[in-house]
Amino acid sequence: MKFSRNITIGQYIYQNSLIHKLDPRVKILTTILVIISLFLIKSWFGFSIIALYLFINIFLSKVHPKFVLKGIKPLIIIIIITLIIHFFTTPGEVIYHIWILNITKEGIQRGLFIAVRLFLLIVATSWLTLTTSPIALTDGIERLLSVLKFIKVPAHEIAMMMTIALRFIPTLMEETEKIIKAQMARGADFESGNLIKRIQNFLPIIIPLFINAFHRADELAIAMEARCYRGGEGRTHYRKLMISIADQIFFITTLFVILIAYLVVL
Amino acid sequence: MGLPNPAIKKGINTLIKFSNVTHFYNDGQENKITSLSEINFEIQKGDFIAIIGANGSGKSTLAKHINGLLLPSQGDVFVENYNTKDPENIWEIRKKIGMVFQNPDNQLVATTVEDDIAFGLENIGMEEEEMKERVDWALNIVDLNELRNSEPHLLSGGQKQKVVIAGALAMHTSYLVLDEPTSMLDPKGRKEVLEITKRLNQEEKITIIYITQFMSEAAEFNKIILLDKGKIILSDYPKAIFKKVDLLIKLSLEIPQITKLARQLSENGLNIPTNILKEEEMMEYLCLYI
Ligand SMILES: Nc1ncnc2c1ncn2[C@@H]1O[C@H](COP(=O)(O)OP(=O)(O)O)[C@@H](O)[C@H]1O
Ligand SMILES: [Mg+2]
Repeated sequence: MKFSRNITIGQYIYQNSLIHKLDPRVKILTTILVIISLFLIKSWFGFSIIALYLFINIFLSKVHPKFVLKGIKPLIIIIIITLIIHFFTTPGEVIYHIWILNITKEGIQRGLFIAVRLFLLIVATSWLTLTTSPIALTDGIERLLSVLKFIKVPAHEIAMMMTIALRFIPTLMEETEKIIKAQMARGADFESGNLIKRIQNFLPIIIPLFINAFHRADELAIAMEARCYRGGEGRTHYRKLMISIADQIFFITTLFVILIAYLVVL
Repeated sequence: MGLPNPAIKKGINTLIKFSNVTHFYNDGQENKITSLSEINFEIQKGDFIAIIGANGSGKSTLAKHINGLLLPSQGDVFVENYNTKDPENIWEIRKKIGMVFQNPDNQLVATTVEDDIAFGLENIGMEEEEMKERVDWALNIVDLNELRNSEPHLLSGGQKQKVVIAGALAMHTSYLVLDEPTSMLDPKGRKEVLEITKRLNQEEKITIIYITQFMSEAAEFNKIILLDKGKIILSDYPKAIFKKVDLLIKLSLEIPQITKLARQLSENGLNIPTNILKEEEMMEYLCLYI
């Protein structure tokens, strides 16, 4: 059992590119718009427009496409399952018959369509997380959500929770590794036995981890209070966000592309 | 080095005063604990003080009283004439007093070094330009400029504590309270943190209150306060404290190696003071015998 050293959270790849310099709020919003459009678009032409748009974005961001593919890998199974389910369950013109199952022409079309939709969804979100640092992402989310203050969305609290989670996940992972090693040194065995036995074996790891996490939370709260923390009220931001001309052009272009993809039916 | 600390320039007579402070945990319950009892002392501007005492003697409780994280059950704590009991003063007090705790992992909030240093400044609502200046200034003082974009979990323990110190410096703190800041560090980290603490006292004129279990560290300070069971039992110069080696041993405090050696030599008939704290000093006395 081994965790990689120097764990970094998220998949952010630093590059000096136009895309990296965009305001995180603009990137989050455009990603949301692209996701929505992927659910609304009904034509292959629309998908190809969005695919082209995403391809250009990734190209401009100078992030190697292999990182995008890496993000798709864990979800490939889900895509394949979706594909197969649609192949067999859509009624229509039967083109192939195995045992009691029928593959229909409509099924293949529909399955492929949904698979491509999933694929593009993953590419769009990967593009966002690959080109936006976790800090920028949290800052962006906080500021976008604070627009919703009037319906009592706790924007600052959500952002603070994300920040602390990002800050502590590596620490907790290191700690898990230490506890596992300590338990293994005492002869604990995590690899054999049936499922219930194995889950039982993990209790001596999870319990100390939880107790320590609460302890950490306690100390962190005290340290934050000592540093004048008293919630989001009257708080300023170290990182200033600014909508530049480039942001505006990017946003308008995206809107335009989405409209074309949605409206033009060939 | 960059901007001076304006808290010093103002020339106010910085002062912390504990007046008859008693503190109970779980007051009114069966498991009530008297963690501090009738503590009286004053800290003057520019002081360089160590607080020592065995585990559970009340050191951390005392530290948390200085900036109002805990309030006295009886008596008062004053920081420059602000009473910590008055809720109106609490943020003013916390701005003046920087705190460094034991576990370097549980104090950093943000995901990069510079964002963490800015955390306190964001909390007090500082404007962005001034924040940038202060962060740069603090990073320079603790010499972590190269690591400004690093994630905290990739730093060594000593570096993490330096980030915490820089966070306090950025607030232009006039006092730094360090509660066993080195007890979880390796020897190198320990040395670095102690060095920087000294430098801040000498160059930035920051008043230091340094809690430690290491007598070798305490020996470096101008004054030592010895706590036992929530009471101050000694408050004196290191030389005077280390004369009472028996008492320190009784309180299960760890004595510096060099002082132990001096004591053994003295017991064996050599004419050597038993409160030697530095190797050079020992050399001088030993040279008399050659
Ligand atoms: N949160 C708490 N609740 C109850 N008792 C506490 C708490 N924190 C500390 N104590 C008790 O108060 C006494 C002083 O503790 P502390 O100030 O942490 O000592 P030190 O820092 O010198 O080790 C100890 O007896 C300890 O058990
Ligand atoms: Mg303590």
